[in-house]
Amino acid sequence: MTLSLKVAIAAMVGSLVPGIAVAMLLARGRFFGRQFLDAVVHLPLILPPVVVGYLLLLTFGRRAPVGAFLAEHFGIVFAFRWTGAALACAVMGFPLLVRAVRLSVEAVDRRLEQAGETLGAGPVWVFFLVTLPLILPGILAGMVLSFARAMGEFGATITFVSNIPGETQTLPTAIYTFTQVPGGEGGALRLTLVSIVLSLMALWGSELFARRLQRRLAA
Amino acid sequence: MANVSIRNIRKSFGPVAIIKGVNVDIEDGEFVILVGPSGCGKSTLLRMIAGLEDITDGEIRIGPRVVNDVPPKDRDIAMVFQSYALYPHMTVAENMAFSLKLKGASQAEQKKRIQDAASSLGLLPLLDRYPRQLSGGQRQRVAMGRAIVRDPQVFLFDEPLSNLDAKLRVQMRTEIKELHQRLKTTTVYVTHDQIEAMTMADKIVVMHDGIVEQIGAPLDLYDRPANLFVAGFIGSPAMNFLDGTLEEGGLRLPSGALLPLDRRPPLQAGAKATYGVRPEHLEIVAAGTAGTIPATVAVVEPTGSDTTVIVKAEGGNLTVVVRDRVSLKPSDPVGLKPMARQTHLFDEHGQRVADA
Repeated sequence: MTLSLKVAIAAMVGSLVPGIAVAMLLARGRFFGRQFLDAVVHLPLILPPVVVGYLLLLTFGRRAPVGAFLAEHFGIVFAFRWTGAALACAVMGFPLLVRAVRLSVEAVDRRLEQAGETLGAGPVWVFFLVTLPLILPGILAGMVLSFARAMGEFGATITFVSNIPGETQTLPTAIYTFTQVPGGEGGALRLTLVSIVLSLMALWGSELFARRLQRRLAA
Repeated sequence: MANVSIRNIRKSFGPVAIIKGVNVDIEDGEFVILVGPSGCGKSTLLRMIAGLEDITDGEIRIGPRVVNDVPPKDRDIAMVFQSYALYPHMTVAENMAFSLKLKGASQAEQKKRIQDAASSLGLLPLLDRYPRQLSGGQRQRVAMGRAIVRDPQVFLFDEPLSNLDAKLRVQMRTEIKELHQRLKTTTVYVTHDQIEAMTMADKIVVMHDGIVEQIGAPLDLYDRPANLFVAGFIGSPAMNFLDGTLEEGGLRLPSGALLPLDRRPPLQAGAKATYGVRPEHLEIVAAGTAGTIPATVAVVEPTGSDTTVIVKAEGGNLTVVVRDRVSLKPSDPVGLKPMARQTHLFDEHGQRVADA
């Protein structure tokens, strides 16, 4: 259970910065290949999770090009490690995060940013002083979605990093294991309850926070 | 403070030309108003001065410096938006401190500058409020305060009063004018409201369809409009126009009436021309008087200080404003007598005829 939390939180935090960057790019950028990037980001949403897991295995497996490179030069190994589970969850949750952030970026009144420019702020300052505070609710919503997706992620995880107790076994894969053995119903039920409680807590926590933010941002 | 020089400015969005070669010189400390109907390019021009729109062609200088490629933050301007563009996540004080923080001003200096601006705008009791807790007029003042605190070379206003109700608009008009008289910072102000332009500006730039129709002091534009567009746009109620043909001795209207002209226009007899006369320069006299326009009363609108009379004449309705109490009833026949030396003549291209 703690492992599942660790995986989900790592996935959420790890995808945060790239998620915001991609969302900004998709919402504001006018460049060749924007449609393509959009499609690639959304792929995990429509592909079967097993396919995503297999693609990850092909890319980040120990003998796969990227995986071997990372292992050799940085000592980072994803395959059959909890970090791999986190990567799988991050990829699966990425489109949800990007969508939520992108919507909030598109809702930002450009004149607020332009006012910042006329008051002496460059693009970087405008982003941190104006845009970022305004899109916080969207980021929060995206984080919750990404976290929830990570907590429930099964197909990509089990395909990419298998189901190793103590290393890559997350809540859903553990429940799955329990249901596969005779007399495991008790354990499965217990974990199911845990899963429900964790998810509700995350939802309520973010709801509370979001309401506070919204009140602050209401024009 | 600085002067602003706009030279042969053009702006196109794709194949659509929005601004078609505009020249304006704005003196140091001057209050200049860009006015025109919506879509005339006035806001685009302002945004080009601010650096929020690219310049397709031409040159803009602020002071001695060409700013075509200078980003907005380095142009040393401050802009007030129609929507106020206040930061909802910052208090009034934080909004006003925005430019000071970026400049790296000390806490003490920030506090002093904000206090100064806030007290001059009556915002002192509101400094800890958030924009959502303010009324429209208060938000407008905060937006102005934020601009003042920056102490820029040029203030840019983009229709700042359009979102306010009529009464507040009149009040803010006076406040902005007072503010300018106190700070004497060069100001460029965009509005579609010709009354705002007339009451506030040192100099008005009338724009229409991406070109400048006329530049001048408010009363110059009112007394000597350069063309039919300016004549019709400036002044409320609008100037009356009568089309006719020039003859020896005056302008012949299609109805047969001959309007005397007090000066000989430099136009051939037989030329088509448009005669313009403002509502307050028409006198209502007995029907049938020679040299008057025959008409019948349609509507009488007393406002208290004066009375607007709308009459039907051949070729359309005319508006007359009289200061005295009148006892006219709808469908009364009247004659309209233009006051000598208060009339305007435009040639068939709509250009003012020299001293008609």
